[in-house]
Amino acid sequence: MCAADFVLYEEEFKHLEEALRRLRQEANAKAVFLIDKNGQQIASAGETEQFDTTSLASLTAGNVAATDGLAKLIGEREFSVLFHEGQQDHIHISIVAKRAILVVIFDDRSSLGLVRLRVKRASVELEKIFEVMMQKGERGAQGSIHASPFSEITDDDIDALFGE
Amino acid sequence: MTFINYASKEINCKIVFYGPGLCGKTTNLQYIYNKTAPESKGKMISLATEADRTLFFDFLPLDLGSIRGFTTRFHLYTVPGQVFYDASRKLILKGVDGVVFVADSQEERMEANIESIRNLEQNLKEHGFDLATIPYALQFNKRDLPSVVPVEEMYRTLNYKREPTFEAVATTGVGVFDTLKSVAKQILIELKKR
Repeated sequence: MCAADFVLYEEEFKHLEEALRRLRQEANAKAVFLIDKNGQQIASAGETEQFDTTSLASLTAGNVAATDGLAKLIGEREFSVLFHEGQQDHIHISIVAKRAILVVIFDDRSSLGLVRLRVKRASVELEKIFEVMMQKGERGAQGSIHASPFSEITDDDIDALFGE
Repeated sequence: MTFINYASKEINCKIVFYGPGLCGKTTNLQYIYNKTAPESKGKMISLATEADRTLFFDFLPLDLGSIRGFTTRFHLYTVPGQVFYDASRKLILKGVDGVVFVADSQEERMEANIESIRNLEQNLKEHGFDLATIPYALQFNKRDLPSVVPVEEMYRTLNYKREPTFEAVATTGVGVFDTLKSVAKQILIELKKR
């Protein structure tokens, strides 16, 4: 595997959640999700229990990847914002720090304008947290932060996982 | 690219099932879905055409239990196999941790198998991966059909780097979990090395 792993530590996770909670409140949204571009959910806030969050993350990432492909086809670098309008609920999707996807689900208690405004502000904050995460991840890879929990796993651990 | 979440104590890996059109990638996932306990799996999503051909991808999240206190989660994806869906296929490989190549054992599909492995190699390269080093398992599917190529011959033609190889009949589940376990193990062993 050549790509570096994506490592999320407790401290940054709390900061991300806090930023998402604030965004949800200020944008008057139902739920807010932060998703890795590969389709893994990173953090969320709001009424998330009513959604199948794993499926939501995977489909959103697929959607963004397809849209990215479209952008490149017509010579654009990216389409940084996607908006899906439903009868009751709407989804606002944007790219944060080049590698994450911010999803805001809202209904008529809010508006597209308000969501866009708040997303812009929140994105700046999220980008800063991501910067710290990346720096920590790099230091972690060089071994200056605690060692990976997987460096110690044995073949038996792996076999046990498969019930052998 | 494995996602290690220290906050929720989770580790997430992505496995992609690759192969030519109609080789049985979706059938592999459907079998895994049907045979996995409800508490260990999420919803299976299939983005397919009206004729049930994969249009974009199938997706199945699997929870394998915990290792050193970390919940180990595998996200299984298939690609659309038909040649003209190459742009979509490329997208699915983004951030992949391991690949299963599902080969169709029928004689008339050997050319398609070879072309698809070449395509996999090329598309991995575009994402900065190398088929020679990525966790990888090869499955010879449809062993129950009459016109199959002998296993030794398939091995000679399709084996890329002496990867683990499995005979399978995905419709009845023969070899399906063995293939999955093999690639999942390789991914975890890779993690251990880092």
